[in-house]
Amino acid sequence: MSAKTLYDKIWDAHVVHEAEDGTSLLYIDRHLVHEVTSPQAFEGLRMAGRQVRKPENTIAVPDHNVPTTPDRVNGIQNEESRIQVEALDKNAKDFGIHYYPVNDVRQGIVHIVGPEQGWTLPGMTVVCGDSHTATHGAFGALAHGIGTSEVEHVLATQTLIQTKSKNMKVEITGQLRPGVTAKDITLSVIGKTGTAGGTGYVIEYCGEAIRSLSMEGRMTVCNMAIEGGARAGLIAPDETTFEYIKGRPHAPKGAQWEAALTWWKTLYSDDDAHWDKVITIKGEDIAPVVTWGTSPEDVLPITDTVPSPEDFEGGKVDAAKRALEYMGLTAGQKLSDIEIDTVFIGSCTNGRIEDLRAAAEILKGKKIKDGLRAMVVPGSGLVRAQAEEEGLADIFKEAGFEWRLAGCSMCLAMNPDQLSPGERCAATSNRNFEGRQGRGGRTHLMSPQMAAAAAVTGKLTDVRDLI
Amino acid sequence: MEKFEKLTGIAAPLPLINVDTDMIIPKQFLKTIKRSGLGVNLFDEMRYDDDGNEIPDFVLNKPQYRESEILVAGDNFGCGSSREHAPWAIKDFGIRCVIAPSFADIFFNNCFKNGILPIALPQDQIDVLMKDAEKGSNARMIVDLENQTITTSDGEVFPFEVDQFKKHCLLEGLDDIGLTMEKAPAIDAFEAKAGTERPWV
Repeated sequence: MSAKTLYDKIWDAHVVHEAEDGTSLLYIDRHLVHEVTSPQAFEGLRMAGRQVRKPENTIAVPDHNVPTTPDRVNGIQNEESRIQVEALDKNAKDFGIHYYPVNDVRQGIVHIVGPEQGWTLPGMTVVCGDSHTATHGAFGALAHGIGTSEVEHVLATQTLIQTKSKNMKVEITGQLRPGVTAKDITLSVIGKTGTAGGTGYVIEYCGEAIRSLSMEGRMTVCNMAIEGGARAGLIAPDETTFEYIKGRPHAPKGAQWEAALTWWKTLYSDDDAHWDKVITIKGEDIAPVVTWGTSPEDVLPITDTVPSPEDFEGGKVDAAKRALEYMGLTAGQKLSDIEIDTVFIGSCTNGRIEDLRAAAEILKGKKIKDGLRAMVVPGSGLVRAQAEEEGLADIFKEAGFEWRLAGCSMCLAMNPDQLSPGERCAATSNRNFEGRQGRGGRTHLMSPQMAAAAAVTGKLTDVRDLI
Repeated sequence: MEKFEKLTGIAAPLPLINVDTDMIIPKQFLKTIKRSGLGVNLFDEMRYDDDGNEIPDFVLNKPQYRESEILVAGDNFGCGSSREHAPWAIKDFGIRCVIAPSFADIFFNNCFKNGILPIALPQDQIDVLMKDAEKGSNARMIVDLENQTITTSDGEVFPFEVDQFKKHCLLEGLDDIGLTMEKAPAIDAFEAKAGTERPWV
């Protein structure tokens, strides 16, 4: 048998049918569903008189639209948002799928809830009508976002029509320096390869620095594989993975656990596997980074200065000009001189317990800069509860942060948490597109530690100065 | 699904790279539970000012491009979220074909599910098509899926590549789900086998 990558192995284990031209019907083990990209799919099923093929493997949770303020227990005020969440309530009930309603303590961002509940397991295929499904690749699962037509296709058939991507290896060697995190890894990779650098590929992240990451950190890395253009990001499962999964509500137990473990341990890329593209970065070379522009590839170390459009080539010259104008920045300005109005800690990229611990560590005994708006939005109700138990919530509140309920919140501004025109935000989310966090809003992406540091000083800050 | 065979139409030039799905259809329009009616909000934040008035400089607001059926754009078109609202909005506006040097993966797939043909061509060819599109409404471009060619208003012909299965589905207007349902026995067999090999799933 020829050598295979991890992606090859998972792919081969899920091919239902392969046509002569290579188009394959791929079996889907887990289908995660949220309220924004699913109503038209369920409507399609109804119109065609179709059922959900595997309701027991379909898991739904509302996250994009839900307000994160405590008054949401009284219902969602925005009518369109409420209708969308109510549609999911109804669809979950009518089609008999697993559901975590808005006021269930297990509710949260779909990509945080899935792993937390043990739905995501190594070697699985996982899809969701959301591009950040890449997150689940941290478990060695082939996980990617799909559109609503494909959501309907998976609901009806538990399969997807796919063509295989190419294999790309991203190796992060050595160890990270103090103050450098999984977020800095994933942003730095995109800074190096560009937002289209992964197009047509599935990325496997490997190397000592990746192995040293917790599951939370690995999820942060894989989460942004999509920002690098890749269909999915993967990390081979190991003891860290198994330890995280064991005992979770939907993880296998007893003899099934042992059987699963035996298979999971075969899930790695063979030494002599073929890679279509290889990127290697030294862990020691990665600095705490921030974004300066309106694309996740606009990444620089915090010690750097705002670039000039003339530093670029081709279409990027005009794009950089447009970005600087939108962001209200001047070439040559020190990144650490950029003053901010708002801090957002949360999202499927950085809304897990470890992220909150890291931010709280910086904020302990400190206050946020006067006049700043700062919020922490835990990724799930269970993350929130744990953070309260560990005393993190008190640290955030004493520092001047708002302590919110779980949801996507200001990552995408489909709910009341939004930026106003010109408002500048230090955000732990994943996209700095024009208008992403609210029309005219200006987003700088960074790690939770860096966002916490910015909250203290009121400007983009090198977290290493505070530790 | 509406068939795509041959399109003769006005091409709008949008020479921007990294046009993301938030630009194509901002999040406030994702709250719909329908697929239709999004065309009026296509490129909303570039197309309208804060008061909802049209921004005259934006290409689709210019008189000669209001009836565009083709869009010529820069690298990495459709990056960002998986929202199928992006191709729904494009289609609802009346655009059936997007031509760019490269596309983001999910957007690219979503187009085919909605009768939109995305075509990737090398940058030097895009440059020629962009110039042709800049001529406005007197210049019609022809996109012929059957023969896999684009013909400029000057008669210059550019062949393009397309996945043969996707081409077949577009030409025939085929519904993927119906096609897959025909493979139900293979899916049943797979589930039976996987149930033995990986019972924990």
